[in-house]
Amino acid sequence: MSLWRTMLIALRALRRNPTRALLTALGIVIGIAAVIAMMEIGNGSSKAIRSSIESMGANSILVIPGAPRIPGGVRQSAGSGVSLTPEDCDAIANDCPSVDTAVPIVRASAVQAVAGNKNWTPQQCYGTGPDYLRIRNWVIAEGRNFTRREVENRARVCLVGKKIVTELFNGESPVDSEIRIKNVTFTIIGVLKEKGANMMGFDEDDVILAPWSTVRLRITGLKTGTATNMTSTASTSPSSLYPATGVAFYPEQAENLETDTLLVPKFAQIDQIMVMANSPNDVNKAIRELSQVLRERHNIRPGQEDDFWVRNSAAFMETLSGTSRLMTNLLMVVALISLIVGGVGIMNIMLVSVTERTREIGLRMAVGARSRDILKQFLVESILLCLVGGIVGIILGRAAALLVKSQLNWPIEPSPGGMLTAVAVSAFVGIVFGFYPAWKASKLDPIEALRYE
Amino acid sequence: MSLIELRDIRKTYSLGEMDVPVLKGISLSIERGEYVALMGASGSGKSTLMNILGCLDRPTSGDYLFDGREAGRLSGDERAKLRNKYIGFVFQSFNLLPRTSALENVCMPMYYTAGELSAKEITRRGKEMLERVGLAERMYHEPSQLSGGQQQRVAIARALINHPPVLFADEPTGNLDSKTSVEVMKLFENLNKEGITIILVTHAVEVADCAKRTIHIQDGLVVSGAYKGV
Repeated sequence: MSLWRTMLIALRALRRNPTRALLTALGIVIGIAAVIAMMEIGNGSSKAIRSSIESMGANSILVIPGAPRIPGGVRQSAGSGVSLTPEDCDAIANDCPSVDTAVPIVRASAVQAVAGNKNWTPQQCYGTGPDYLRIRNWVIAEGRNFTRREVENRARVCLVGKKIVTELFNGESPVDSEIRIKNVTFTIIGVLKEKGANMMGFDEDDVILAPWSTVRLRITGLKTGTATNMTSTASTSPSSLYPATGVAFYPEQAENLETDTLLVPKFAQIDQIMVMANSPNDVNKAIRELSQVLRERHNIRPGQEDDFWVRNSAAFMETLSGTSRLMTNLLMVVALISLIVGGVGIMNIMLVSVTERTREIGLRMAVGARSRDILKQFLVESILLCLVGGIVGIILGRAAALLVKSQLNWPIEPSPGGMLTAVAVSAFVGIVFGFYPAWKASKLDPIEALRYE
Repeated sequence: MSLIELRDIRKTYSLGEMDVPVLKGISLSIERGEYVALMGASGSGKSTLMNILGCLDRPTSGDYLFDGREAGRLSGDERAKLRNKYIGFVFQSFNLLPRTSALENVCMPMYYTAGELSAKEITRRGKEMLERVGLAERMYHEPSQLSGGQQQRVAIARALINHPPVLFADEPTGNLDSKTSVEVMKLFENLNKEGITIILVTHAVEVADCAKRTIHIQDGLVVSGAYKGV
C-alpha cells in the first residue's frame, strides 16, 4: 500500500475523532511552541549579552612592550620598554587572519587643554588611528572621525569626549572650534558619544583623541627607553625614524659593537597597540598569531622571551562563554522536558485509541489488511499528529516570541535552524512514541479483535 | 473441483497444561454456487470452523483446500491477501467504522488490494455496490444515521466490493428484527442466484431453512450434511 494511501486512511481515521486528535497534538504544540519561543528569546538575549560584553572590549587585545631585561636583577615596570613600532601594528593588522584591525596608541599624560578662557586637564589624551573608535565600539555623536590621511599628514585635528564639551565649552557644540593642547592648536572635528564610567570607575568621556602621529610629534615627543633585548631592529634606529632629517642622533653601531653592547637605546613611536580580534572566540587565536608576527619582526629566537606583553579581557571572555553555555543548557533542558511530556501524551492517547479501535483493527484485518498495514497506519497517524502539532507549535512559538518582544521589549532572534530541528524532532517523537501503540495494534489477533467488546 | 474442501481438520486450544480440542476431525466440501448453513449449538465449534474456513485462523492439523490450493498453512500476510480477494465477511454486529460514510465503509477493503486502483475507480465501484444493495440514496450517511437493516446491507456491500467468490455470514440476522431479517435473507438469496457461494453460520432454524443445505456441527464433529447430495 502506498504511503499516500496510508496517509489518506490515517487522515480519515483522525478526522473521525477531531477532539481527540486536537488534544493529542496539543501536547506537541505546546512543547514545540515553548521550544521555539525559548530559542528565539534565548538567542536574542544571548546576542544582546554578547554585544554588550563586546562593547566592553571582549574581543580587544592590548599589546604593550615588555619590561626591559637588564642583566642582573633589575626589572622595570611593564610597558616601560620600547619595542613596538607602527610597522608592527600594520603587520599585525595585515598578516594575522584572526585579527580584524589594529591601531597604534600614543599616550600623552597630564596635558593641559585650553579653549577660550578655560583650561582643563583631561584624564586621557590618546593619539591613535581612525579604527580606534570601531575597536572600542564607540560612535561619534557629532562631526566626523579623523581619516588615515590626517594621520599621515600629522593633521592637528581631534575628537573630544562629552566631559571636555561640558568643561571647556559649556556644553555647546565645539565642532570646528579650536583647542590648545600643550600649546599646540587643534581643530575639534567631532564629539564622541557619551560612554560613562568604565568598570574601574574612570570617566571615559574625559578624553581627547587625535591622530597618533600628531600626538607623538607635536605633543609628547619621542619616548626613549632601553631595548628589551639586545637585538636592535633596523626600523627602530633613529635614522630610519627620521629619514628626512638626514641627521644621525647617535652614531650608527658597527655590527661587532652591536653584539657587545647590552643596552641599546631605542626610540618608540607608539606606546601600545590595540588589536581587535574577529570575534571574542578568536581572541586566543589572534594572540597566538600576533605573537608569532611580533617575534619574527623583532628577531626573537626560539627559546628567547618575548619583548612584548599581551593583555586581554579574560574575565569578560569567561563571563561571555559561561553565560551562553548556561543559556544553551537551560534551553536544552526545557526543550527535552516539554518534548518528552508531549511524546508521552501522544503515546498515552494512541494506546487508548488502539484499545478503543480494537474492533476496527480486527475488521481491517478481516478484509485483508496485513499487520504491517496496521502498523503503518497507526505510525503515520502519530507522525501526522506530531508534524501538524510541530508546525502549529512553530507558528505559536513565533507569535509568543513576537508578543514578548512587543510587550516586554526583550530582544528576540528568529532561528530557522531551530524551526527545522523542531519539525524533525516532532516527527521523531511521533515515530518513537507512536511505535509501541502501533506495534501493539499490528499484533492483535483478528478473531479476538472482532469479538472485542 | 470443490470450492472448499476440508480433510480431517482439527483445532486444539491449549490452556496452560490442558489441551482443549474444539474441532475433532472435520471433513466436508462446499461446491461453487452453493448456499450452505452451518448450524450447531453454542460451544459446538461452529465459530472456530467458520474462522478456519474464512482464513482468519489456522487449523492445528488437517488439509484445507480453497479452490484447489492449500490454504490451511499460509502465512499471515498470504491469508490477508486471500481474505481480501476471495472472501467476504458479514458480521452479526455489522462492524462498520463509526463516523464514516456508508460509501467510505464500502470502499475500505479496496485500499488493501494489491493492485492499486485510482481513487476515482474506488469511488465508482463503491457507489455501484451500494446501488446493488439498494442504498443509492444513503451513500453519504454515517452508520448512526442508518437503520440496522441498512447497516447490514452496507456491510454486505463492503463484503462484496472485491467480487469474492464466497461470502461468510456469521449470524447476519442476529441483531435485526424479523422484518429486516427477511429483507437481508432475500438479498442473500439474490446474491446466491448471481453465483456467489454463501456460507451462513446460525443457530436459528428459520434462517438455516433459507439455505439449500445445512451442515450440523456437534461437539467438534459434523453430524450431517457434510457433502452435497449425501
